Formats: sequence, C-alpha cells, structure tokens
Amino acid sequence: MRSAELRNHERELYEFHFRVGVAAIAVVAAFGLLAGRFVYLQLAQHEAYRAKAEDNRISIVPISPNRGLIVDRNGVVLARNYSGYTLEITPRKVKDVDRLIDEVSELVDVTARDRARFRKLLQETRNAESLPIRTRLSDEEVARFAANRYRFEGVDIKARLFRQYPYGETASHAIGYMGRINLEDQEKLEEDGVGANYRGTDSIGKSGLEASYQDELHGVTGFERVEIDAAGRGIRTLPPRTPSQPGNNIALTLDLKLQQVGESALGERRGAMVALEPSTGAVLAFVSKPGYDPNLFVDGIDPQSWFELNNSPDKPLVNRAINGLYPPGSTFKPFMAMTALELGKRTFRSTIHDPGYFEFGGRRFRDSKVGGHGTVDLMKSIVVSSDTFYYQLANDLGIDAIAGFMRNFGFGARTGIDLQGEAAGVLPSPEWKQKRFRNPAQQKWFPGETISIGIGQGYNSYTPIQLAQAMATLVNGGVMYKPRLVSYVDNQRTGERRNFEPEVLQRVPFKPEHVEFIKKAMSGVNKEGTGARAFAGAQYTSGGKTGTAQVIALKQNEKYDESKVAERLRDHSWFIAFAPVDSPRIALAVLVENGGFGARAAAPIARTVLDYFLLGKLPRGMQAPEDDDAEEEESD
Amino acid sequence: MEIARIPFRRIGLRLSEGIDGPLFVLTLMLSLLGLAALFSASYENPGRVVNQAVNLGVAFAAMWLVAQVPAVAGDVVNGARRWLHVGVTRFQPSEMMKLAVPMMLAWYFHKHESTLRLRDFALGAILLAVPLALIARQPDLGTAALVGAAGFYVIFFAGINWKVLAGLAALGIAALFPLWGMLHDYQRRRILTLLDPTTDPLGAGYHIIQSTIAVGSGGLAGKGWLNGTQAHLEFIPERHTDFIFAVYSEEFGLIGNGLLLILYALLVGRGLMIAAAAPTVFARLLAIAIALMFFTYAFVNMGMVSGILPVVGVPLPFLSYGGSALLTLFIGTGVLMSVNRHRKLVQT
Repeated sequence: MRSAELRNHERELYEFHFRVGVAAIAVVAAFGLLAGRFVYLQLAQHEAYRAKAEDNRISIVPISPNRGLIVDRNGVVLARNYSGYTLEITPRKVKDVDRLIDEVSELVDVTARDRARFRKLLQETRNAESLPIRTRLSDEEVARFAANRYRFEGVDIKARLFRQYPYGETASHAIGYMGRINLEDQEKLEEDGVGANYRGTDSIGKSGLEASYQDELHGVTGFERVEIDAAGRGIRTLPPRTPSQPGNNIALTLDLKLQQVGESALGERRGAMVALEPSTGAVLAFVSKPGYDPNLFVDGIDPQSWFELNNSPDKPLVNRAINGLYPPGSTFKPFMAMTALELGKRTFRSTIHDPGYFEFGGRRFRDSKVGGHGTVDLMKSIVVSSDTFYYQLANDLGIDAIAGFMRNFGFGARTGIDLQGEAAGVLPSPEWKQKRFRNPAQQKWFPGETISIGIGQGYNSYTPIQLAQAMATLVNGGVMYKPRLVSYVDNQRTGERRNFEPEVLQRVPFKPEHVEFIKKAMSGVNKEGTGARAFAGAQYTSGGKTGTAQVIALKQNEKYDESKVAERLRDHSWFIAFAPVDSPRIALAVLVENGGFGARAAAPIARTVLDYFLLGKLPRGMQAPEDDDAEEEESD
Repeated sequence: MEIARIPFRRIGLRLSEGIDGPLFVLTLMLSLLGLAALFSASYENPGRVVNQAVNLGVAFAAMWLVAQVPAVAGDVVNGARRWLHVGVTRFQPSEMMKLAVPMMLAWYFHKHESTLRLRDFALGAILLAVPLALIARQPDLGTAALVGAAGFYVIFFAGINWKVLAGLAALGIAALFPLWGMLHDYQRRRILTLLDPTTDPLGAGYHIIQSTIAVGSGGLAGKGWLNGTQAHLEFIPERHTDFIFAVYSEEFGLIGNGLLLILYALLVGRGLMIAAAAPTVFARLLAIAIALMFFTYAFVNMGMVSGILPVVGVPLPFLSYGGSALLTLFIGTGVLMSVNRHRKLVQT
C-alpha cells in the first residue's frame, strides 16, 4: 500500500516535470508568436502604420477667405462682412437634438424662429458638419455658454464672418443675397472643379451680383495642418500654413443716392426702374419694388419669413427689372417711328387723318382719344401718342419688317446684364408664333394681329431693362451697349484693378437726322405732349414717352374705366426718358404695375430721378442721402 | 562609519530573507518599465503615477510579507487559511479569485495526492466551474478567462490523463456553440471584430485598430519616450490600464517589445523552475499555476493590443495601472518566493 503510493508519487512527479517541460515549450512558442507579430507590425508594415498614425493626428483645416466687398460707384459700401459668434450644433454627435436645444435655451435665448430655421437647415444640408442654432450671440451669452460648455457634447461656439448689407432693402435686387450651400450648389461646385476651394465655406451667393460675381467675391481658401486629438479637437497648428486670399472687391456702376431716389419715388408701389448711361451701358440705378432685406438670408432664412416672401401677392423676390414681362404700350411708338423712317415707310412730312379709329378687316381698332387727333404727322404722332397713326403704320410695315428691325433695339432678346435669370421677352413674329403654339390653328399669323403690335400691345412683352436699353440705343444712334452693374474689380491682395470696359453688342448706323427727329419728338412729349405735366418747369431738356400697357383685353365697344377695374387688373404705367436732349447722359425706363396711365404714375418718377441726376435735387420728404449712414444699424 | 554599517547589514540580511533574487529583480524591472509607460500615458494626470508608485510600495510589502509565510509546504490547511486572510479587505472579490481558486484546487489535489482518479479530476472541475460561473455572470470575461486558465493549469499539472484532456477539448469546442449564445452582445461583437476590425472602425473595432496603429507606427526603435502621438492625442482608449502596452510599444518600438518579452519569459521561466523544485503537491501546483498565470496575462494582453486576440479586460502584468491587479501579482510573486524558500530550507 505504502510502496504503491510511493510509486504513484514518483510517477506523478515524473509526469509533472514532463508537463512543466511542455509548458515551457508552449510559453516559448506563444512568445515567439507575439514576437513574430511585432516584427510584422513594426518592421514589415511599419511604413503603412506610420502613415496611418500621421493621418490620425493631422487634419487639414481650411481657412475660409474673406468675401470681397460690394461698393457703389462712389465707394459707399453696400455689402460687407462682420465677424460674430454663432452657437452651432453638430447633429451627428447628438442623440436627441430637441432635448439638447431645450437645455441650451436655458442659457442662451433660442426663439421659435431659430428652431424653425435650424430644422430647415437640417433638412436641406445632409452630412453637415455643424449648423447654427443661434447667430449673433451677445458677449454675455458667449460667456455664459462657454462656462457651461462641458455639459453640451456636440455644441460649439464658432466665430464666423457674416455678410451684412448696411442699406437693407436698398438695391436688393441688384446686390442679391447669400444663402447656405445646399446639395445642388455643392454638386455644381464639384462639377466646376472648385469644390476644394469651398471647403470651410458654408454660404454662397444665391441671387443678384452676389451670385453672378460669386467667383470674384469668394477668394481663395487657405489651408493649415492642425494636430488633432481623437475627439477632433485641434491641439496645435503645424507649419507651413497657406493663408487664404480674400475675394475681390467689386465696384458698381450704381449710384446709391440715385438708387435711393428712384426707390423712394416708386414708394410702396410695385414696379421697376432702370437707368443706363447711354454711352457705356453702365447701370446707374436698378430698382425693382418691392424688395426684400437680404440680411434675412445671411444665416439661413427662417421658414416664416421665407413663406411670407414667397407667398406675398406682391412677389418681392421677383426681380421685375429683368424678369417682369410687360407689353410696352405706347413707349413702343418712338421705335416704330424710327423703324418707319429707316425703312422709308414714312417721312418727316407724312400725315394721316385720325378719325379715332383704324378699320381693318371689318374690325375697328379704337384710338385712346375719342374722335381722334385730326391730322397727324410723324412728330405729332409721338407727342400726342396717336394710336391710329401706328395702327396704320404697323399695317403698312407688316410684321416681318417690324420684327426684323426691332431687333436693332434689342427687343425680345436678353440684354446680357451681369445678373442671372434674365428673361428674354417676346418680340412677336410669325416664326415666334409657330414655335410658341402647338395647335396648328393657333400657329398661323393673322394680319389683324399686326395692327395692335404697332401700339405696343398684342403679343409684345418686354422687360423694363430692355426698354431702357432700347431707349439708350436709340439716342446712341444705333450703338447698343451691354448693360452692366460692375465697373471694376479690385484685388485686395495685390491692389491690382481690373476695369470692365463698355461692351458694344451691336452697331446699327441709324441716320443721324432720323435720330435727331425722334429725340425732338420725344422732347416734345415732355414739353407739350403727354409728359408735359410731369415735366413742367424742368430746368433741363429731356425727351420722354408715356405708355400704358393693358392688363385685360377690352371688348370691341367697351370703354376702359379705371375706377371700375380691380386694382390688379388696372393698366401698367410706363415712361421711358433720356436727358439732356443734346447729349444724353441718362436713359431710363420706369414701370409701375397697375399704375394706370403712364403720364400719371410713371412719368413723375422719371422726373424725380432726372431732377436728382441732373440737378442734384432731392424729392420732397426724402432726407439728404449724405446722412444715410444712419441706416447702418448694428443690430442688423 | 563602522558603527553605523553593522546594524544596517544585519537589518538588510533580515529584510532579504525569503526574497528570491531573480524574481525580485524581474518584477522590479517590469514595474519600472510600467511606471515609465504610465508617466507617458498620464501626462494630463500626473497624480496617477504617484498613486501607482504607492501601489507598488504596498504590493512589494505584501510580496515580502507573503514570502515570509513559511507554511506553504507545511501545515497546508492553516497556510491556505492564512493566505486567504492576507489583504482580503483590499481585494476585489473576483481579483481574489485569481489566487484563491488555484489555491483551493491545489489544496484539493494535494489532499488526494497519489490516489488521484478520474472522479477526483471531475470534482476538481466542478470546484472550478462554480466560481467561474459567478465571475462570468458579473460579467467579467477577462477575469473569468484568467481564473479558468489558472484552474485549468492546476488540473492539468495535477496529472489529468492526456486522453481525457483531448476528449474534454473536443467537448469544449462542441460547447462553444451554446456558449456563444450565452455571451452578451458586446462580447460577441468584440470577438467578431477581432476577425475583421475594419467592419466597425468607430465602434468595437476602434480599440484594436488604434492600438495596432500605435504598435506598428512604433517601428524598430519607437518614437521615443513621451513622443507617442497615438497615446498623447488620446487615440488609445484605456491607455493607462489594459492598453498601456500600446503606449509602451509606440514609444519603445520593437526593441522595447523584445526586452519586455524577455523579461516576461525569464519571469515565467523562474516560476517554472521553482514549481519544478517545489517540495509538495500543493506547493508545486500553486507555483506552476501562478507562473503560467503571469504568462497568460502577458500573452493575452499583448496579443489583444497587437490585434491577434479578442479585446478582453486583461491588464499587462506589472505595467498596467491599478492597485488590485498589482497586489494580486505581487502576492503571487510572494507565493513563488515562499515556495522557493521552503525548498531551500529543506535542502539546507
């Protein structure tokens, strides 16, 4: 028994030693495996892992450039940047955004508007880094939040540059507005191959000059290499640093004061006014009313304001100057007269008898003056605005001749102004009608349709800027300039200035005596014709032409009675003008929607603008524009 | 001078009594390497290094104390009891298990010395399974694995039949499938992402990817002490505790890793030598379990950090921050010393 135990004991000890040996081999093998793994990672794959560690720790951080300024022709700043603090939420770092906003609002005021705007941004921009919940924080709010920031994962205070428009609504349709870069913008930027230059930039020009000169204004994004920790916090900046280059400043041809005079003259009415320098195409004033406050868009417009702007019956977001299409009414007549002279269909001495109507194909085309103007020659036809004369002239010229010659004034074609979204309008012709209508019965041009073309009605449909350009081209003797809002661009870094030279679109040599004749007739309008009352006592010479564009077609024997027609269906009021007569420095077109007779609504606006432009005379009730700096409210 | 030197020598002699030279030097070196790595990993909280130094002091004291216990080979039962009392209040329950379970099993097999049958091994397995199940339910996969390993070592070295072992291994593999169903979701994910960490680079795979990058980017000579970017920029999670090896490896490179492997191999080797020479069944089983536990800790931790083993919560022995684990390790070392001392006492 004892010996068996002893034997067992020895056998166990032997077995134990054997197993210790096995264990020793296993330990060596296992450590050998680890050693092999270390050799693989640290020698064979070292380069790859070194690169990964480097990628981990270094982040390329874009430095967004300062956007260029927009100044008027006298250097008055219309769009600038200011730096402000925003409170931003990074949605992907946050589980319950609503609760987080509730908690944040205990420290920082968050209005219902802010919330709604944040929701809208969240929907529009996917994969966004961070979105502002509050902008323009006060210093106290910044301090209060900073002290509590540890409680809010995914919420940061950021210093950003914001666009600011010190004059608010003034010239809003020319300047345009900025908005956050949305998916569509992003795609376009990538397509244009400039996506990298927009890293770190979150807003872009959406309309007006802000959009059309986006490339000039934006600048070049700089980059710096920042060492970051695992949480993405920057630890330090590593050299070298590529600084950003600010965008170019753009100087406009607009004169802010003239612009303000034009806008105040139009007042609360809907309409447009475009004033050009005939000898260059420079846009002196560019009014479209109502406007909007572009400051609203700067940090993302809230849905309520957006809804109001979009759904207002006044359509404040429509740029009427380049996008509103209206029949020109009687403002078409000087161009008809020019066409007749140039094509030899009328002479200075041609006369007709105006019985108050023109009969064609058994149909009577009525003159706006009951009983007619009696004997009418070319001069008088413009001064008193005889319809009958131009019914007959249109019939004599025929639609092809009219459509052919009117191109010389730019009718029915985009002027090419440096703004996006310009409408082409309609210069009616048989070809146009064929293209316009699907139904073969409608495609045919009827000679009767030519008659009302003569007085600027019918299918005629042009933008206010086309009328201004046509006016400028006429007084220029057929030389047409492309209208432009920008006169030069300044590179902020090099100080280099790039001037935008006037660009001649076409050159049609009108006979000078014809031009002089039309100018004389148009000055007659302002002296003794339909514009005489508006221009009574003017201390300069000017030419003009009233126009009234029908909104509703009248029946054959119906008489237009303004008081009986709903306001929105009343006629549009036109006035085109130039001054001074001898060497015109300004040509303009004014349109007042539903303003009634051109002589009453539009002509006084033109007078006010010309008074200021030529004499420096301010309209009554308007403060001296020199003191307008008061409008630069810091709160905006 | 003369007067002052003599008592010192005497005290020195007494203090070194029972302390095994190689074990002392090895654990001291490992601890110092650990302090260096911890200092680098704790730049934002230097107090941690002081804490760890205090922990080390306490742990060395405990080791010394345990090494003085002469009862390991003698009065087994009393010895074991006494041992359980040592530092009990400071131990985390499951931490205590790492030593208590092998000790209990060793005692069990010691009692049945030379009359061991398969039945005894089965009973031993049940003795192991109960605490193991309790720990696994906590849930603490890392500790469960280590306690399980320690228990297995005891059973294996107690002399379980190879054939039985092979049968059990086959059974174990078969049992993996129902066991898989019992794992928590995060535990399953950890094992799955081990197979391909890139499938979840920001979730469960993050630890492995980042620590592998740290090790790989260290290269041959490392980035230098305090220069590890992965660690200092907080890409390494749990960088003072379970992932301290990533910090060490990034800064000291392949050369540092080689040194560490050699130190561990020597430590384990010394433990095996002590076990082989141990005078009683209890002593040798306990010694071998502790020696191989050191190995298991080191292997599982370094394997996990370098991406060849799943992420389980196992500290790197003597280097990771944390008082309880350190105390366990040094008490284990003390036990080895005690075993060794007894052998010497018997021989001399």
